[in-house]
Amino acid sequence: MVAFFTQNPFGIVLLILGQALLILVPLLIALAFLMYVDRKVWAAVQMRRGPNVVGPWGLLQSFADFIKYIVKEIVIPAGADRAVFIIAPLLTFVVAVIAWAVIPFNPGWVLADVNVAVLYVLAISSLGVYGVIMGGWASNSKYAFLGALRSAAQMISYEVSMGLIIIGVILSTGSLNFGEIVRAQEGGYGLFNWYWLPHLPMVVLFFVAALAETSRPPFDLPEAETELVAGFFVEYSSTPFLLYMIGELMNVVLMCALLSILFFGGWLSPIPGLPDGVLWLIAKMAFWFFMFAMVKAIIPRYRYDQLMRLGWKVMLPLSLGWVLIVAFLAKFEVFGGFWARWALGA
Amino acid sequence: MTQIDYTRAAKYFLLWDMWLGFKVGFKQFFRPKETVNYPHERGPLSPRFRGEHALRRYPNGEERCIACKLCEAVCPAQAITIDAEPREDGSRRTTRYDIDMTKCIYCGFCQEACPVDAIVQGPNFEFATETREELFYDKAKLLDNGERWEAQIARNIEMDAPYR
Repeated sequence: MVAFFTQNPFGIVLLILGQALLILVPLLIALAFLMYVDRKVWAAVQMRRGPNVVGPWGLLQSFADFIKYIVKEIVIPAGADRAVFIIAPLLTFVVAVIAWAVIPFNPGWVLADVNVAVLYVLAISSLGVYGVIMGGWASNSKYAFLGALRSAAQMISYEVSMGLIIIGVILSTGSLNFGEIVRAQEGGYGLFNWYWLPHLPMVVLFFVAALAETSRPPFDLPEAETELVAGFFVEYSSTPFLLYMIGELMNVVLMCALLSILFFGGWLSPIPGLPDGVLWLIAKMAFWFFMFAMVKAIIPRYRYDQLMRLGWKVMLPLSLGWVLIVAFLAKFEVFGGFWARWALGA
Repeated sequence: MTQIDYTRAAKYFLLWDMWLGFKVGFKQFFRPKETVNYPHERGPLSPRFRGEHALRRYPNGEERCIACKLCEAVCPAQAITIDAEPREDGSRRTTRYDIDMTKCIYCGFCQEACPVDAIVQGPNFEFATETREELFYDKAKLLDNGERWEAQIARNIEMDAPYR
């Protein structure tokens, strides 16, 4: 039986498929409720009730929305490139999903335990821009196209800073493997061993970059529902629109996971003595998702030039400078290797 | 060389405004909700509220409307159409009293114009229909409304009387 899943190629494919489903199904169900949480938090800050009709406390609202999106008509604009128009949201969705392959949920609980996991995630999130550009271009509408250009510029700008921030963490760990990064944060002091302390300024920067990267408020210029109709997805309706939405939210949750893993010790327990486990990771991700939702409710939208200024003139120099600083701190093992966990021989 | 405002710079880099905003938002988060849970909860209505029209009757069952057509004349949207004939007992009554609710702008002039408080705008605002035709009210419908809402209409007129 074990031999079938480890030796037989058919068995191996079956095993990988099962593992992928084991990640995907809970993730998609969680996504439905996270969408609900997002709306509830937003409503609570504005002293509204939020969705409260479908199911107990409105818990099934996302499923009602889901059915609504599915049964609506797919409108394809005249003159649109039909194939690209349909492929673009699929690409966004697929790219958002496959990044989860390298996220470790618990020691050993990872679909692909590769040594270039960080690089993989960066590459995959860069591919997300193609979904945006293709969607905007295939719509055959100047507004969608302009929206696509804006969104692409925004995503690329903040990806640079995000990559540099992650380089700091990699310098401290000496590995591109997410599991190694989490293990490097293990220690006798619980949460004070995690990377948020040595990389404190970068936690904030990473959070800001994550907001911009996933085009969440205050950087939701692709959508900007109070000023524009929408950005690159203005011509989309029904299921393709749903795919864009799910892809976007999936990216948000992925950013929550990255924040938890890179800076907040992944599955590690914050208090020494308590057992580590996947529940800690879920709790950390839930906290960061709450922060995402709160930021949406609190901070007004940035203007586009402000967004670009922040990305290139503030975030980029700061993160680049931090890489240099961390490089020196790690090389000379300042504070007994506070920034150089690989030097501790762990 | 311009002087650097270090306080401002420190606040900028510590995201001071963001934290203040977060504090305010978090306070709001736990405050009671302002939303009126509409179909289950309702806000208060003024006695002067101008909702769905109704034709009233006297307590003895006689129609109030004497077909003076003042409401038809004053109606700025020309939503009211009245035909009248003398009845067998010689009194002048309407044979037709139509209000096109899709034309009506709910200004309340008909109620103001009426010398006998026959046409009134009641407190009902939930009369949405699925077809346009259902909103072309005739005399029977308006009289039926009068019977249905008479208690509240009478109370509203009484409460508003001191201010007229």
